[in-house]
Amino acid sequence: MSFKVRIIPCLDVKDGRVVKGVQFVDLIDAGDPVEAARAYDAAGADELTFLDITASSDDRRTMFDVVTRTAEACFMPLTVGGGVRTVEDIRALLVSGADKVSINTAAVNDRAFVGRAADKFGNQCIVVAIDAKRVSAAGEAERWEIFTHGGRKPTGIDAVAYAREVVALGAGEILLTSMDRDGTKSGFDLMLTRAVADAVPVPVIASGGVGTLDHFVDGVARGGATGVLAASVFHFGTFTIGEVKRHMQAAGLPIRMDGIAG
Amino acid sequence: MSVAIVDYGSGNLHSAQKACERMARERGLNVPVLVTADPDSVRRADRIVLPGVGAFADCKAGLAGVPGMIEALTEAVRGRGRPFLGICVGMQLMAGRGLEKDTTAGLGWVPGDIDLIRPADPALKIPHMGWNTLNVTRDHPVLAGIPTGPDGLHAYFVHSYHLTATADDVVLAEADYGARVTAMIARDTMVGTQFHPEKSQTLGLALIGNFLEWRP
Repeated sequence: MSFKVRIIPCLDVKDGRVVKGVQFVDLIDAGDPVEAARAYDAAGADELTFLDITASSDDRRTMFDVVTRTAEACFMPLTVGGGVRTVEDIRALLVSGADKVSINTAAVNDRAFVGRAADKFGNQCIVVAIDAKRVSAAGEAERWEIFTHGGRKPTGIDAVAYAREVVALGAGEILLTSMDRDGTKSGFDLMLTRAVADAVPVPVIASGGVGTLDHFVDGVARGGATGVLAASVFHFGTFTIGEVKRHMQAAGLPIRMDGIAG
Repeated sequence: MSVAIVDYGSGNLHSAQKACERMARERGLNVPVLVTADPDSVRRADRIVLPGVGAFADCKAGLAGVPGMIEALTEAVRGRGRPFLGICVGMQLMAGRGLEKDTTAGLGWVPGDIDLIRPADPALKIPHMGWNTLNVTRDHPVLAGIPTGPDGLHAYFVHSYHLTATADDVVLAEADYGARVTAMIARDTMVGTQFHPEKSQTLGLALIGNFLEWRP
């Protein structure tokens, strides 16, 4: 297969700084998102995601500047999410140099926003981020619900049905995070990933829970994801992009090895 | 010498501009890169880049909405043979018609329709979003020195529609996505890439550098 699986490091950015310091040996300033982006670019990442967790909307201009400077230095796809609420927010990020914008809570609160955004900018640049938690008890049919506010607030919305709905409205990609697995290093929620990937015709990116090299393989081979996203295992240097790619390739998955020593 | 990147309210102009500037620097070319919505600047430019993202009809309407722009482009590219690079929907606009949503007339610089990709394997997702290799049909100066084929470098695609029903000599490269997807076209002084060279790292930057040096 000439079409490749995407490996996507995600950087949490607050007030223009990377939250979990990126532990690369040769970074001068590990807290600078542009430096971190350059390092991932050089390391062979297939795409980058910035998640803006800045609390105050007054400080969001800082993110536009980060995106602008990243787009000047890195000629690779860039997705930006966090606090995206209006068509104007999306326009400002795209003009700054983002290729895709990810919408989370604003889509939960107002589904029609996804449709407006896709009509305005095209489905290809609208990602809907879904934070889901398993709500079925043991022995019941599997069911996941959307949670907002960092996984604290239940919404009663079924995750798989919601994914179908936002894709019908124009989402071009789903970024799917298991709130049960996020930060646990116990692997993606593969049943959740598979349920959503089978339900929608657009690419699904699996997120939340990667701890081993095999977890990356499972997200694609068993979960049906077309890309895998991880944060801490890359930032803390547990694995390099090259290690992950070599492992996935050895497992028989189609991987882009441009710039990575075999 | 100068490069005009056409600003008609579509596309990631910033990345395209920075990629052109970087490659001009690397190739030792003294080339100002101008992002412009002014038809006269487009007419005067030595090279023209037409980006574009979103729906075909919206991009066509955006281009037609800049008074005199289509005329300036046609005069410079078709009349005076200025080297031209269309990117993504900017490439699609070169075709006769777009079939996305309704049928919309393109610029008609190459024959063919912009139609939905129809992969034989239903498990393949649409949009075709991600990295793919290029199967090149013939040599072309903009591909000079770039490894292509199954073991070559990759290009970054984000699209659901592509050029079909065109003339054989128009297609310069294809990508395999459960169907033959038109990845690059070339005719006379024009080239078009369905993928985003400004987002395709090594391959994309080399292609942009070659375009800046191309003397058709």
